[in-house]
Amino acid sequence: MATLSLRNVTKSFGALEIIKGIDLEIEDHEFCVFVGPSGCGKSTLLRMIAGLEDITSGDLLIAGQKVNDLPPDERGLAMVFQSYALYPHMTVRDNMGFALKLAKVPQAERDVRVERVADLLELRPYLERKPGALSGGQRQRVAIGRAIIREPSIFLFDEPLSNLDAALRVQTRIELARLHERLGSTMIYVTHDQVEAMTLANKIVVLRDGRIEQVGTPMELYHHPVNRFVGSFIGSPKMNFIKGRVHSVSDAGVEVLLPGGGTVTVPVSAPAIAAGDDIDLGVRPEHLDVDDAGPLAGTVIVVERLGNETFLHVEISPDLILIAGADGACPLQVHDRVRLSVLAAACHVFAGDGAALPALARHPLATNPI
Amino acid sequence: MATRSRDMRTGPLLAPAVGLLLFWMIVPLALTLWFSFQRYNLQNPLVTGFAGITNYKLLLSNARLWVSILNTLVLVGSVLVITVISGVFFAVIFDQDFWGRNVARLLVTAPFFIMPTVSALIWKNLLMHPVNGFFSYVSRWLGLPVVDWFVQVPMFSIIMIVSWQWVPFATLILVTAMQSLDREQLEAARMDGAKGFSMFWNITLPHLQRSISVVVMIECIFLLSVFAEILVTTSGGPGLATTNLSYFIYMRALLQWDVGGASAAGVIAIVLANIVAAFLIRTFAKNLERE
Repeated sequence: MATLSLRNVTKSFGALEIIKGIDLEIEDHEFCVFVGPSGCGKSTLLRMIAGLEDITSGDLLIAGQKVNDLPPDERGLAMVFQSYALYPHMTVRDNMGFALKLAKVPQAERDVRVERVADLLELRPYLERKPGALSGGQRQRVAIGRAIIREPSIFLFDEPLSNLDAALRVQTRIELARLHERLGSTMIYVTHDQVEAMTLANKIVVLRDGRIEQVGTPMELYHHPVNRFVGSFIGSPKMNFIKGRVHSVSDAGVEVLLPGGGTVTVPVSAPAIAAGDDIDLGVRPEHLDVDDAGPLAGTVIVVERLGNETFLHVEISPDLILIAGADGACPLQVHDRVRLSVLAAACHVFAGDGAALPALARHPLATNPI
Repeated sequence: MATRSRDMRTGPLLAPAVGLLLFWMIVPLALTLWFSFQRYNLQNPLVTGFAGITNYKLLLSNARLWVSILNTLVLVGSVLVITVISGVFFAVIFDQDFWGRNVARLLVTAPFFIMPTVSALIWKNLLMHPVNGFFSYVSRWLGLPVVDWFVQVPMFSIIMIVSWQWVPFATLILVTAMQSLDREQLEAARMDGAKGFSMFWNITLPHLQRSISVVVMIECIFLLSVFAEILVTTSGGPGLATTNLSYFIYMRALLQWDVGGASAAGVIAIVLANIVAAFLIRTFAKNLERE
């Protein structure tokens, strides 16, 4: 069990800087998820922690020890790869016991440990099979078993679920969450799937272009994104952005002028904002309601029915299409005219540079910022 | 499986091609078998007729045959060992990135494109010649005694020449195999603590196993019939030191004009090749199945 610290860590490939100075603390027992769009550097960062890529500058500390120059196997880490990377010529038993064999653990002890892990992952019947004779989910479990058996202080996962089909992915996700609870070890997990990030993490690190955009609990990122990028990246369907203008600023918040002429007062503090400034109003789909008295009028252009809920794509003007969440029983059809109301307390205001104005009240699930 | 679901009978359509190939193969085989039971020597046309198993009797009691079979096995075995080991070595080297890798690859591949007679001549006259050869130049320069390769170590010299020709083949096949080695697997092994030799032994070599089987099988077919290199350099000598089975058959047929005896030796060669093939398939066929 260990903490991990990154101190101003950078990575360059030639002149190309991939990781541009990362500072991060990961606590003991934490499930930390790196999330971000393709090419943001999240996998590279994980590989640097693993020791598979060297660190151009900055310090990597595990349990307080600087490990920049330690080879991967001496860092006390174990990694689960996207392609599982099982050794095809070895049986499941040998795959899981390989690290122990290289560490010269005696055969008898190796067998005991392999079998204990196999029981934990329900792999006992497959121990003498080769990976080629296993299903995708079983291979995934062998890969996890190969990591567990080394009793690492920190687990690293590189998009481990992306090769599984949707149903298996959900199931394995739950198994991973339970495994984390049972083992209690620190886990670092890379994904581009924000559902995985939201469901698994204690701490999410949102990365963009080699920089950290925001670190926080899932609910903190969801309810209090620090900027437009995080707001749009976390949440599905995406947050709507409405270009608006500040009408007035008061102790109650910022009054924003909407495209249709109405106004909405968002409870955010705005020391550097004045009436007349251009801002972006961020509204999540569930905070837009079909309401005949609402300030936004438009035409439904797409209806996505998921059964339990319905997403309406509403064209307010040719360059503004909003997604609104509605009840699963919503009877609206394409081409219907609707009016939408905005739940002002749940809105976000992003200044011209994309930074969010701080909310006056924290969401109850996101009261303690990390 | 697909053929089973076809409604049409494909036999008649395949028959001409299969028949032609069968004819092509069976006629020489049948003739060889037939001649091997005949008294048939071109230098003595008066002696003819059915010989029974005399040709075989004479051959099998002839120590020269056994020497040449032994030479064949030594040659094939040594060249296989040398080419596979060097092939694996070059494959691992060429999998690394280094300056001039493409040129080095080309150079290692080049001997494969030189015809056997030419490469044997190069070795004989430019490298191994006791007076003009490069090796003798080097040993004189170092003050060492000059080696007359084809006299002092004839079999070793032949093995060197043939290996030189076949290392490129092994290298080509194994380099390709190296490129299909999953990088994440190597990284996983690094995380597990494999490095240097343990990485090579536990990950790289098992991955190459299948390709090594292919190299061994294909080389076997060609190495059993090495001929030009021997004809050009040693003519099977000194004595019988470099006479392999194919050279032995050549001597019987075209130096002694004993068609009957040569045919019998040919049949023995076919039997030997089949024994080797059966052995190979037993050993390696398992590797070739999909994992």
